[in-house]
Amino acid sequence: MRIDIRKTYKLYIGGAFPRSESGRTYEVTDAKSNFIANPAQASRKDLRDAVTAARGALGGWSGATAFNRSQILYRIAEMMEARSEEFVEEIALLEGISRVAAKKQVDQAIDAWVWYSGWCDKISTVAGSTNPISGPFYNFTVPESVGVVGIFPAQKSSLLGLVQAIAPVVAGGNTAVVVASQKFPLCAITLSEALATSDLPGGVVNILTGITSELAPWMGAHMDVDAIDATGLSKELDKEVRISGADNLKRIHKFSSSDTPQRMLAFMEYKTVWHPIGI
Amino acid sequence: MTFEYSPAPESTAIVDISAQYGLFINGKFVAAKGSKTFNTINPATEKVLSKIAYAQASDVDKAVVAARSAYTKVWSKMAPQERGKYLFRIARIMQERAREFAVLETMDNGKPIRETRDIDVPLAAAHFFYHAGWADKLKYAGAGDNPRPHGVVGQIIPWNFPLLMLAWKVAPALATGNTVVLKPAETTPLTALLFAEVCQQAGLPAGVVNIVTGDGATGSALVNHPDIDKIAFTGSTGVGKGIARAIAGTGKSATLELGGKGANIVFDDSPIDQTVEGIVSGIFFNQGHVCCAGSRLLVQENVHDELIEKLKRRISQIRVGDPLDKNTDLGAINSAAQLARIKEISSSGDAEGAHRWSPECTLPEKGFWYPPTIFTGVTQANRIAQEEIFGPVLSVLTFRTPQEAIDKANNTPYGLSAGVWTEKGSRILWAAKQLKAGVIWANTFNKFDPASPFGGYKESGWGREGGRHGLAAYLKGGEK
Repeated sequence: MRIDIRKTYKLYIGGAFPRSESGRTYEVTDAKSNFIANPAQASRKDLRDAVTAARGALGGWSGATAFNRSQILYRIAEMMEARSEEFVEEIALLEGISRVAAKKQVDQAIDAWVWYSGWCDKISTVAGSTNPISGPFYNFTVPESVGVVGIFPAQKSSLLGLVQAIAPVVAGGNTAVVVASQKFPLCAITLSEALATSDLPGGVVNILTGITSELAPWMGAHMDVDAIDATGLSKELDKEVRISGADNLKRIHKFSSSDTPQRMLAFMEYKTVWHPIGI
Repeated sequence: MTFEYSPAPESTAIVDISAQYGLFINGKFVAAKGSKTFNTINPATEKVLSKIAYAQASDVDKAVVAARSAYTKVWSKMAPQERGKYLFRIARIMQERAREFAVLETMDNGKPIRETRDIDVPLAAAHFFYHAGWADKLKYAGAGDNPRPHGVVGQIIPWNFPLLMLAWKVAPALATGNTVVLKPAETTPLTALLFAEVCQQAGLPAGVVNIVTGDGATGSALVNHPDIDKIAFTGSTGVGKGIARAIAGTGKSATLELGGKGANIVFDDSPIDQTVEGIVSGIFFNQGHVCCAGSRLLVQENVHDELIEKLKRRISQIRVGDPLDKNTDLGAINSAAQLARIKEISSSGDAEGAHRWSPECTLPEKGFWYPPTIFTGVTQANRIAQEEIFGPVLSVLTFRTPQEAIDKANNTPYGLSAGVWTEKGSRILWAAKQLKAGVIWANTFNKFDPASPFGGYKESGWGREGGRHGLAAYLKGGEK
């Protein structure tokens, strides 16, 4: 009988797969408390490295054409489809649900990438405007990316909540530092393997695994993070992050609904450009 | 050539200022619970205009209760089209009483009558007229299929555009079906109190608009009131951050319009005379008491000397003095405290080695005045290049390449406004894309319109005001 090759679950920062600089890991178990894996337990330094990588990737990603971003998001769906089986296994194992239910979650997650892929080059049309100024001026309003977004996806979902948080952020031209669900982190790392092979530039999405309550305050206080999706934070952590986030007026949002353009627009800024009309 | 103008003062006979004002709660002027009052003065003469009731927490509570009751019983139940008609009425009455508003605003604020008459008041009325038409079209506002008001909105406004900021706040809130408790600035409450009278004349149901006068503590009581659903604030970034902390974990949403340090970028191909006019209106409009002022002038090095020479010549023509005089360009600084702040930051410019220049001008003896001032030889590290002065003081820096201009322009925690001056269309669009600011004026500056969103990136605030985007911030489902 052949002994199978297990995967080492590492972080995903700047397109590379480092272990935590702290050397720490934490134990992840299945629904029946059996040992499954020792993913990295990211440190403050890892989070800061991830923010640096995200900031570095922002210019290229936000400056890429919307069509280009759209194709890359679609490519992510393609890469996930090919790994569908691995996602199903991880979800079924950790969440303790049937393979059929797990498959449903995977399909929805892949379809979410396709949905947001289509939004990349439509959001400006739908949410932007030209404004009827009463005077000899022309002006228009366009949404653009807010910058580096810290993401705490829903804790109870291995993959779907994760994708529903990341896809709108990167579709809008932002870069992201994601802290995966503490209990269900495996899909996040497998997702990063799909991202790494999908033409998504390194640093656009960075994924950390670890202890949410340890990492959240550092994300809230980091002055180079522009916004936070706080969906997966407890009430207490949400409040703490909002208080420290006020130091640079981070845009902090929590979402109950998924797959609406509002999830993209929450992490976009409206810019209005004026010019006189005349001969 | 010098131009001499005979004085052309606007008459103050049109305004009727009471010796004392109460709070406007539930459709009536009522006395505050305590006996404390504060004076509002004319900053151009230092004469007391009126004694204003001071609202403490219990008064704020009374106003919130009135607003909640009006929301539940009347305003949220009214057919949207009827709601809109009240806003149309308000717009019309403001137009009818426009001169009265303009004179009163000039007296209470110190800004030139030319500006209150031609900009503040007409724009405020236009804001109500614009939003009136939205009231029955909210499902097209981009806030989803089921747009709903937040409920009771607490609104806190600054002293630089007292009536206009009131309009920016109250008009969209009412159009979307919210009721409001508004706190005007401590130094400029009079036009808000005249607006209360407009609400009465319009027959606006009692409690839909409530106005509480006071200071920072009054504002804080409003922000922290448990029955407020949303905060809308315009003011300093420091206070804005305090509000963000205060509402953390409460579920209240907020729109914040905060400070700025706007870069005004002049490329070497810009039409220089037109540019000089734009620079002047960018920094000296409203005495520079403008959050989106073009207070950092970034000039391409090869046209610096020529531009500064023309700019100085133009600034020498600015008429500083009696705000009620129709010829006046630059009025009084709004308060002694603001004047002290302008002096303090400006003197850091001298200390840090920048070169100060002001035209020769005689300032009135009474009142608060500061001459139009430019600093050349400013570096990015200087306080006058980093901090918002909120006065008629321009900091001039230079650049060589377009990328350097963008890098310098974006080198600030603020992100409210920026200006670009060039004849080259592709360069305008390139620069506009690179600049991290919510409003970009190309070959113009300091233009505003009710149909156009306004608001900042980064530490200049949260959300937009004006246009469809500003409207959506007053709707659940459109909240961000």
